[in-house]
Amino acid sequence: MIDATHYVALSLILFCLGLIGVMMRRNFITVLMSLELMFNAVNLNLIAFSFRLSDLAGQVLAIFVITVAAAEAAIGLGLIIALVRLKDTVALDEADVMRG
Amino acid sequence: MDFLVVNFAEILFYCLAVLTVAGGIGVLVFKSPVHGALSLLFCFVMVAALFLLRHAEFLAAVQVLVYGGGIMILFLFVIMLVNIKGLAPEQAYLSRLAPLAIVGGVLLGVLIAFGLVFGTLASGHGDGTGLRMVDGVEIGNTEAIGAVLYTKYLVPFEVVSVVLLVAMIGAIVFGRRTAGLEAGEGGVSHD
Repeated sequence: MIDATHYVALSLILFCLGLIGVMMRRNFITVLMSLELMFNAVNLNLIAFSFRLSDLAGQVLAIFVITVAAAEAAIGLGLIIALVRLKDTVALDEADVMRG
Repeated sequence: MDFLVVNFAEILFYCLAVLTVAGGIGVLVFKSPVHGALSLLFCFVMVAALFLLRHAEFLAAVQVLVYGGGIMILFLFVIMLVNIKGLAPEQAYLSRLAPLAIVGGVLLGVLIAFGLVFGTLASGHGDGTGLRMVDGVEIGNTEAIGAVLYTKYLVPFEVVSVVLLVAMIGAIVFGRRTAGLEAGEGGVSHD
């Protein structure tokens, strides 16, 4: 029988993968994709506990998390465009000035 | 054959879980951002299937539409737009702290896994009937979410629209050609 523990374990693996990706990669685009991976892990957790408790609050919260993730993706990709215009690169450690 | 039928839910979950993790690992290890984005898309679809298994039908559809459709197209669009020629792939791959990052991530995972193994937080089973019911009447999952979202969670729902508006304005400001306060063509003049 699959219960919430299995889903929490899978979500833990996905979250740690995303965390490693955020810290490990230099490419700004890949770092943002790893962030989306972490958002997905959170959603998986919310859905699992929503099912376990038979409560819709978890699913509603997951909708809000998806909305915030979409907003974060739009802002992050705008930042990438600005960084490419300024420095002509997507490497994160090249972004070392406060204003250009 | 009986084994397959009896344990169908478990086998389905483990297959989907392995594919999800494989997609996630693909995001980390592919050097090309396009390959990473496609791997992430695969991961998103597998997570949507996992949502279906937990009776979150509406969220599975939203996952495919918003993540697989919207966010993924945005990523691919930006990858095509920035067209990174000046940066060799092996040069742009890993940061200097990569070994430390892997050790830290695995350590955090092991720590939380200890809590998961020795804790009792997630034990027990649910049946998910509450995910289809409103006021004791059994309707669909989408209708139930709508009924809850527009009554009990109306204020958070409206606040989230402000978040989206702020994000939209922020993205436009970042994307402007003169992304600063100084006057120029396209910028705001201050004199």
